[in-house]
Amino acid sequence: MTLIDSQGQQASRQLRVQNLEYPEGEKSLMVFDTPRDVRGSALLSYTHPVGDDEQWLFLPAIKRVKQIGARNKSGPFMASEFAFEDIVTPFWQKFTYAGISQNELNGLACHVLERSPNDKNSGYSKQRLWIDHEHLLVRQIEYFDRRGELLKVYTADGFTQHNQQHWRPASMHMRNVQNGRQTKLEWRDYRFAQGLSDRDFSQNALLRAR
Amino acid sequence: MPLTILLPSRRHALVCLLFALASALHANEWRHELSLEHSQFAQPGVDGQRSGHTSAAWQGEWWLPLDDANSLTVTPFVRADAQDSRRSHVDLREASWLHIGDGFELRSGIRQVFWGVTEGTHLVDIINQTDLVERLDGEAKLGQPMINLAFERDSQQWDFFVLPGFRERTFTGEDGRLRTPLVVSKDARYESSQGQQHVDFAARWQFNGEQLRLGLSGFHGTSREPELRAELDLSRLRYQGLQPVGLQAGYTPELTPYYRQITQWGLDAQYTAGDWLWKLEAISQHGGENCHQAFDAGFEYTQVGALEGPEDFGWLIEYLHDSRDQRATTPFEHDWLLGWRLSLNDPASTQLLASVIVDAEHNEQLLSLEGQRRLSDSLLLELELRAFFSPKAPQEPWAFLSQPDSQHKLRSLADDDYLRLTLRYFL
Repeated sequence: MTLIDSQGQQASRQLRVQNLEYPEGEKSLMVFDTPRDVRGSALLSYTHPVGDDEQWLFLPAIKRVKQIGARNKSGPFMASEFAFEDIVTPFWQKFTYAGISQNELNGLACHVLERSPNDKNSGYSKQRLWIDHEHLLVRQIEYFDRRGELLKVYTADGFTQHNQQHWRPASMHMRNVQNGRQTKLEWRDYRFAQGLSDRDFSQNALLRAR
Repeated sequence: MPLTILLPSRRHALVCLLFALASALHANEWRHELSLEHSQFAQPGVDGQRSGHTSAAWQGEWWLPLDDANSLTVTPFVRADAQDSRRSHVDLREASWLHIGDGFELRSGIRQVFWGVTEGTHLVDIINQTDLVERLDGEAKLGQPMINLAFERDSQQWDFFVLPGFRERTFTGEDGRLRTPLVVSKDARYESSQGQQHVDFAARWQFNGEQLRLGLSGFHGTSREPELRAELDLSRLRYQGLQPVGLQAGYTPELTPYYRQITQWGLDAQYTAGDWLWKLEAISQHGGENCHQAFDAGFEYTQVGALEGPEDFGWLIEYLHDSRDQRATTPFEHDWLLGWRLSLNDPASTQLLASVIVDAEHNEQLLSLEGQRRLSDSLLLELELRAFFSPKAPQEPWAFLSQPDSQHKLRSLADDDYLRLTLRYFL
C-alpha cells in the first residue's frame, strides 16, 4: 500500500490478508509487516451482511487483544484514503439502490449503479458504481460525502481470473478529490482454496498471528 | 565415518531429520528492536539521585517454524542504564514452544500473557510478574515459565496454566528514581516454604460475544505483588531513653519484599456498543486471614472524525476502588481516572493520551501524558510525562519508617516528576 500526499510525498505499508467466507458473512485477518513499529500487529474482522461488524486488534508488544468499536468504519484505514468501510465486503444488504444506467468508462461498456449506505455511521451519502458488461466487475466507484459532494474516486485495474472463477484486481487506486491525497493498493500472490477454516480466524489465531 | 555403521533405514531417518531441521532453520527469522531513552526529572532525588537518566535496550525476537503445527519463539531483552545498576537487567521475555493440536493449543516455556480491559489499573492480569524498573504503569512484564493448555470452541476460550518458577518483582536501586525513601532489598521472603519453587496454578474462561467479551479467571499461588516490610537492626537505631528516635549514621535499612500465598478470582468484561466501550475489571483476593476486593470500572467514548477530518477523540472515565482503602498497597484505592485520547490517523500514526488519576479525599493527583509519532519506516519516537501532586513532601527514611503515611501514597514520588523520551529503531 502506498500513501501519496498532496505534495506527492510517499509512504509505504505492507500487509498480508487472509479471508474466509462463511454463512453469516466474511472473516478476515490482516497482519502488518511494515512500518516496522507495527510489525506483527494483527486485525481480525468479522463482517456481517446485517448488523454491526466486529473487530479486534492484537498488539504484540503487550500481547493484548483489544476489541474496537464497530462505528469507526468511516475512519481511515492505516492513514490511507481507504476507509474501513471501503475495504470490507460490500454485502448487498448494506445498501439501498437507485436507478441503473449505461455509460462508457475508458471505452468499456458499463452499468452505472447508484447506492446509498443504510448505516447512518457511514461516511457517505451515496456511491456510484461502474460495473463492466463483460464480467460484471466493479471498475470504478465514486464516493459522495455526507453533504452530497464528490469525495473520492476508486478505480481497479489489472483484473485476472484465478482458479477459473475468481476475478481479482492487481491494483486499486483511491483518489481523494477534496484534499488531493491518494492511496495505491497493489496486491500480489493471490491464493485460493488454501484450506483455511474458522480456527484460522479465532481469538487464539489472533494471539499467534505473525 | 560414523554414519557408515548405521543401518540404512536409520541412516535414512537421520538424514531426513537433519534435512528437516536444516530446512526449518532456513526459515527462521530474527527481528530486533533497539531503543535509546532519556528521562529528565524536574529535580534531583531525595537521596541526591541525579536528574538525568539515560539508558539503552535491545529486544530480539527469534522465530522458527518447525512445521504447520509447531514453532519456537525466543525473545531476549537487555537494558543497560547509565545511572541505576538495578535497572540494568537481562530477561528472557519469551522462550517457548507452540504446538497447535487438533482442537487445542499447547504453549510451553517462558511466555507473556495479558488479561484485562481497563486503562487505569491491571487488576486481573496476574500471570506475569511486573518488570517495575521498566515502566511505572506496570505494562512491562518479566517472562513466566509455564505450561498453558488452551481450548477454543465457537465463542468460548478455556486456558489452563501450570506455573513453575516464581519471578520476583524488579525495583529500582539506590541511584534510581521513582522509588520509596528506602531501597527494596533483593532478598525476598516467602510465606511458602518452597519459596521461588512453589508451583502456581491458574485457569481462565472467556466468552466472546458480538458485543460482550467476558472473562472469569482463578489463580492460586504466590502473589505477584509483595508486601514491603521494614526489618530493622535495633542496635543501629538512635534512642532517647527507651524510645527510638532515628537511624544511626551510616545505617540505611532496606525494605524486604514478602510474597504471600493467595487465591485470586478475577472478572473482566468489555461491552462494545457503537462508539462506547464499557469496561470492568474486578478481583477478590484471599491470603491467610487477609481478604480484599478491588475493581476498576468505566468507559471509553470515541468521537470518530471529531474535527470533520481523520482525527479521533476518545474520552475515558474510570473509577478505581480497593476495599483495603488506606491499607491498600496501591495508591489508587478510591480514585477517578479522567483521560483524553487523540489519534491523528496520519501517516506518522501520531497518538496522544493524557490522563489524570484523582484522589479527591486526600488531594493527590497523578498526571500522565503519553505520546508517539513515527519518524520513518523503522524509527519511532515516544514521549512519556508524569507528574505527581501530593500535599506532602517526600519523607526522610526514619519518618517513612516511624510515621507511615497511608493517606498520601504518592508523596514518595512528589519530587520525581519526569519527562522521558524514547527513540526506538526496528530492524
